[in-house]
Amino acid sequence: MGLINFLKSKFGKKKPEENYVKGLAKSRAAFSDRLALLAKKHAKLTPEYFEELETILIESDVGVSLTLRLIDELLEKSKENPNLSSQEANDELIDMMFVSYVEKGESIVNELSFKEGVPTVLLMEGVNGVGKTTSIAKLAYRYKKQGKKILLAAGDTFRAGAVEQLSIWASRLEVDIVKGKPNADPASVAFDGAKAAREGHYDLLIVDTAGRQQTKANLMNELGKIRRVIARELPESPIEAFLVIDATTGQNGVSQAKAFAEASPLTGIVITKMDGTSKGGIILSIRDEIGAPVRFIGLGEKMEDLVEFDLDEYLHALLVGDDNG
Amino acid sequence: MAFESLSERFQSVFKKMRKEDRLTEKNMEEALREIKVALLESDVNFKVVKAFLSDVKEKALGSEVTRTVSPSEQLIKICHDEITSLLGGDDSELTLPSKGRLTTYMMVGLQGTGKTTSAAKLAYFFQKKGFKVLLTSLDVYRPAAVDQLRDLAKSIGAGFHETDVHDNPRKVAAEAKKEAAAEGYDALILDTAGRLQIDEALMNEIADIAKEERPDEALLLIDASAGQDAVNVAKAFNDSVRLTGVIVSKLDGDAKGGSALSIKYLTGLPIKLSGTGEKVGDLEAFHPERMAERILGMGDIVSLVEKAQEQIDEKEAEKAAKKMMSGEATLEDMLKQMKMVQRLGSLGSIASLIPGMPKLSDADKERGEKEMKTFEAVINSMTPYERRHPDVLRFSQKNRIAKGSGKTNADINRVLKRFEMYKKMMSEMKRYQKGGKFPPGGLGGLGGLGGRGNGFPF
Repeated sequence: MGLINFLKSKFGKKKPEENYVKGLAKSRAAFSDRLALLAKKHAKLTPEYFEELETILIESDVGVSLTLRLIDELLEKSKENPNLSSQEANDELIDMMFVSYVEKGESIVNELSFKEGVPTVLLMEGVNGVGKTTSIAKLAYRYKKQGKKILLAAGDTFRAGAVEQLSIWASRLEVDIVKGKPNADPASVAFDGAKAAREGHYDLLIVDTAGRQQTKANLMNELGKIRRVIARELPESPIEAFLVIDATTGQNGVSQAKAFAEASPLTGIVITKMDGTSKGGIILSIRDEIGAPVRFIGLGEKMEDLVEFDLDEYLHALLVGDDNG
Repeated sequence: MAFESLSERFQSVFKKMRKEDRLTEKNMEEALREIKVALLESDVNFKVVKAFLSDVKEKALGSEVTRTVSPSEQLIKICHDEITSLLGGDDSELTLPSKGRLTTYMMVGLQGTGKTTSAAKLAYFFQKKGFKVLLTSLDVYRPAAVDQLRDLAKSIGAGFHETDVHDNPRKVAAEAKKEAAAEGYDALILDTAGRLQIDEALMNEIADIAKEERPDEALLLIDASAGQDAVNVAKAFNDSVRLTGVIVSKLDGDAKGGSALSIKYLTGLPIKLSGTGEKVGDLEAFHPERMAERILGMGDIVSLVEKAQEQIDEKEAEKAAKKMMSGEATLEDMLKQMKMVQRLGSLGSIASLIPGMPKLSDADKERGEKEMKTFEAVINSMTPYERRHPDVLRFSQKNRIAKGSGKTNADINRVLKRFEMYKKMMSEMKRYQKGGKFPPGGLGGLGGLGGRGNGFPF
């Protein structure tokens, strides 16, 4: 049974989450329609079929090495089974994408890990302009709704307006915030945050960091320092570090993930702006090359639009659409 | 670097190609695949990649391979010429403000591409040229967006038109324009909120503002790390606001910016400026050719070869080469070679042509040029005998040379030390050299040699 059928049987009973289908509408329109059209156009697996398939995958930012590998595998399969139709090949392809994602790591719990009696710390990292601060607001909203006591630390002391931006969110969400002076050492803000989180018996401390290009060694080292300061202050706490990546990012996303993972261990990735027309194929490339799992994806501007990443639902919404009969 | 540079990939591909004597569909196959991968990993749009590959193939198959150029060198040259003509073209300049007439600029783009930062950088850029600039934020949506621009305006001493976040951005824009005209500003920069190109309401909003304020420049911000969808973004923004150009932001990372270059190719919109850092001064004019080189990652080695062929007297070069190989090189030869290289262009520009050479700062370049002059003065103050036998120089002779050249003894010792290195380099060259040709695979060896000389690119 192909994955599509598997998904169909699965979601035949349970409707996929509403905002997945809606949020990914634009992405899906291009991707799944193009795949369906491809199968219609080329009933047999002709060289043209493979060429167009390659175009579709590349233009979805799936990444060239993964794309070429998927196509090579598919070519092999078509040699083994010369009667493979293009519709079946499409299903095979999605199977392969699914398998290649899953086999890169153990199954993942998306929700943050919590431990009785100590605050969990979540570090938010990323290059400039990916949506770190907005994602922090959305995560704070999510965990506040789950009844957690939340503290934010405004660790971006560099960008103009960054502290104000987080402060506005804190007051809108009615959560507490620790602020440093402009241009203060971010590690000192993290220290203040960690201390306040312990003393105030918070459940979750979310630390904002300034956007940084992954090639700037001194700024990347700063992330390690922030982490060390927190680990020293809260030795018992689970520390999560999320790398935030913009869905419109191309192959540099892989470089970003590699560099940030090297600078300090990542426990997850947040993909933002998935409600645009970008297909977020970078999700697959990053998993393929780094193994880091996507934990949350941003599907819109509303607070509840940051949702848990679910591979089934993602592939389903992206590839199959909501016309599953 | 995240990805192997194309030149590195080429080296391995071309090793296999070395023995072939002409370019064929078959022997190019692997090389073309490598080029394709390199371009796609740089986020060059797939349509552009396809056009590029078919052009290269056509040119390569039709090309005459001359005796002096190997097929791999030939292919490198064809690739280079094609990518420059495809993605390059002329530098496009931004309309500057002029005194006595208000010039309006508008920044648009997706969220997080760097509009606000770039607006401040642009203001700073104009101020340095003596213009009076007013900034205003039309971003009433993102929390603290107005604060961010106000802080930046304050830090560079630019004018700032206040924005009430409960106001309609169209109204703010009109009021800002009025203020700019009344207060005698030369330039007004409108920063807008980030928006998705598929958000109809917000796209209509900027379309209306553009219609009403008629900006002289409507600039689209594109993140250097943008992927394949960037071209669609540019098309959509161009449809609602008549864009006049693109600013590529965040070029200080290791993103190759292939998507921005593709925008130029597929829509004709020129890239006018690039953001190269987080400070307000980090805004530069954009040079497409340099970006094309960044993508190919093999420097402008081709034109270096071309230039060298044109400008170096063949016979002189042959004589020098023979001498070099014989290990009898003299200070005179070193100077002669230095001058040959100097004729090719300034040290800085040559260094940038050589792949693998670390990028030289302006200070480095200046130091290099200065050093060249010192060397010339020192060597010219020696007797012909001393030039051929520098090992005879003792303290008294050095004193004389120092006086004659107006340099110090330390300078002279530096020249002598460099000469030793030069001789060593030449004997290393000899190992590579076969029949007076450069090492195959794109002259990769040169880069390494250049790096060692520290300011001496040969």
